[in-house]
Amino acid sequence: MPGKPSLGLRLAFYLGMLFLHFPIVIIVLYALTTEDRTYQFPPPGLTLRWFGEAFQRQDMWAALWLSLQVAAMATGIALVLGTMVAAAMYRFQFLGKDFITVLLILPIALPGILTGIALLTTFKRLALEPSFWTIVIGHATFCIVTVYNNVVARFRRTGFSQIEASMDLGADWWTTWRMVVLPSIATALLAGGMLSFALSFDEVIVTTFTAADQKTLPIWFLNELFRPRERPITNVVAVFVMLITFLPIVLAQWLTRDTDDLHGGGKTG
Amino acid sequence: MVQMLKEPNTASAQAAVVLREVSCYFGSVKAVDGVSLEILPGEFFSMLGPSGSGKTTCLRLIGGFEQPTSGQIVLFGQDASRLPPYARDVNTVFQDYALFPHMNVRDNVAYALMVRGVPRPERHRRAEEMLELVKLAGFGDRRPGQLSGGQRQRVALARALINRPRLLLLDEPLGALDLKLREEMQIELKALQRQLGITFIYVTHDQGEALSMSDRVAVFNQGRIEQLDTPKQLYEYPQTEFVARFVGSANVLEGRLLGLEGGRYALRPERIAIRPGSQNGPNCLSGILLDIHYLGAQTRYEVQVGEERLTAVTSSEEQGLQIGSAVTLSWERGSLRPLREAV
Repeated sequence: MPGKPSLGLRLAFYLGMLFLHFPIVIIVLYALTTEDRTYQFPPPGLTLRWFGEAFQRQDMWAALWLSLQVAAMATGIALVLGTMVAAAMYRFQFLGKDFITVLLILPIALPGILTGIALLTTFKRLALEPSFWTIVIGHATFCIVTVYNNVVARFRRTGFSQIEASMDLGADWWTTWRMVVLPSIATALLAGGMLSFALSFDEVIVTTFTAADQKTLPIWFLNELFRPRERPITNVVAVFVMLITFLPIVLAQWLTRDTDDLHGGGKTG
Repeated sequence: MVQMLKEPNTASAQAAVVLREVSCYFGSVKAVDGVSLEILPGEFFSMLGPSGSGKTTCLRLIGGFEQPTSGQIVLFGQDASRLPPYARDVNTVFQDYALFPHMNVRDNVAYALMVRGVPRPERHRRAEEMLELVKLAGFGDRRPGQLSGGQRQRVALARALINRPRLLLLDEPLGALDLKLREEMQIELKALQRQLGITFIYVTHDQGEALSMSDRVAVFNQGRIEQLDTPKQLYEYPQTEFVARFVGSANVLEGRLLGLEGGRYALRPERIAIRPGSQNGPNCLSGILLDIHYLGAQTRYEVQVGEERLTAVTSSEEQGLQIGSAVTLSWERGSLRPLREAV
């Protein structure tokens, strides 16, 4: 049995947690304050009024709707392309494979500002006007990585012999895909998809470079903060965004926890 | 599923599998290098060899999981060299069993029927029959993850047999099981093969397994067949040094040492008698006893004779032998088997 951590260690832990999570508490607190111009602390009073007002704001709804559309579209593209890349990288050996792995990870490893500038320059060169679709393409570049990572890990764990067994038992490629491959990567796809969705949903930097005058929800936030009216509304919306992005991430973690792992047959059984 | 066409004019004695000069290269590696063989219907045929000898690749070529670089594969009279796995009347038991973890045991076994569109009640009935055949009746609702290694092995077998293939490929199916279970399964597999009359091709690196179960054995080494024979011939008359050493660990002796004309000879350890004292003559050699291993039913002796180290095995422990002292090994002239020169 490991012993109890020392008092100092525990204190450091709680201070660290406080530092990380206190701002979140503040957001919730200021969503309920009666004071709407300054961030007075402690709030003079608590009210639910701002929730009602937030729901009245058409520009907020428009931004939310745009963000949801972009996230859904980028995630959809990432699911298809990410899975295809993962399958190819798992199954085949080819020249420059390691290089391609690096290329795949790059969009998420590079600072968003570089991805943004690169995309903007490319779109200009291709004479593509910034639009809904340029935002989607921008987001898809880093969404593909999350799907790829999840799916390729699952492929490695599953092993190829299940696919061979299916074909051996008379199933062609399409049936094998439907009956064996898809069920075994389903949770990986769900997890990768949810992470993609959450990443896209709160993306700011790449979006500013690839959008025209569209406002996704995070951009709407930035604009709101410069306007000193109805501050608590921003906090109300922030609370909702927290819930929308937090739940899928928790769900994704829960879905990818270890399930039945039969690879290796009876050696462990 | 594409059924293979039977040629109307062929007799029942038609070979189940014919390989003609089949090679399979992976880059510069010659995994299978010019293999030709013929396997008869109903035969229990083993491919024996160390890892990397090409036996598994050879099996995978027959199953359709690899494409031959050159040569021809004929299954039941039809050229199958380029057919995909699902178009062959062949099923496989994989080394890691390759069960589908998201399906229960019944759906695993019935998979081949589901793919062909057999209705559910019929499917379940036949899956239940197969489970009974492999002594797993009542396990249909379990998940593969809830079974032991031996049970998974039986599920894999039932799944591969449900289509009643004419040819079953087994890729080291018992490799992951412990010794006792392995011996039980050997007996069961052999009985099952007799009962169903299906041709079995069995890949193993375990020479005991190959000898005890097979009608014929092909010994693989470096992508080629060293010798193809019945287990008895293989053991009694090994043709090459590799076979002599790999199958039953024979002593290999230079003819010069024996006072015979050149070439090399195989001599089985159990054909050698050992006694104390130093005596040289025809069909005997003297040396120093290095070690005695008591193995229960047998006793094994390690003897240094000149440069060579020989092994003798007797069924009861010889008396009066001391480690480090001189002993004489003797045998009957007929026990020496001349070996072909290595190619």
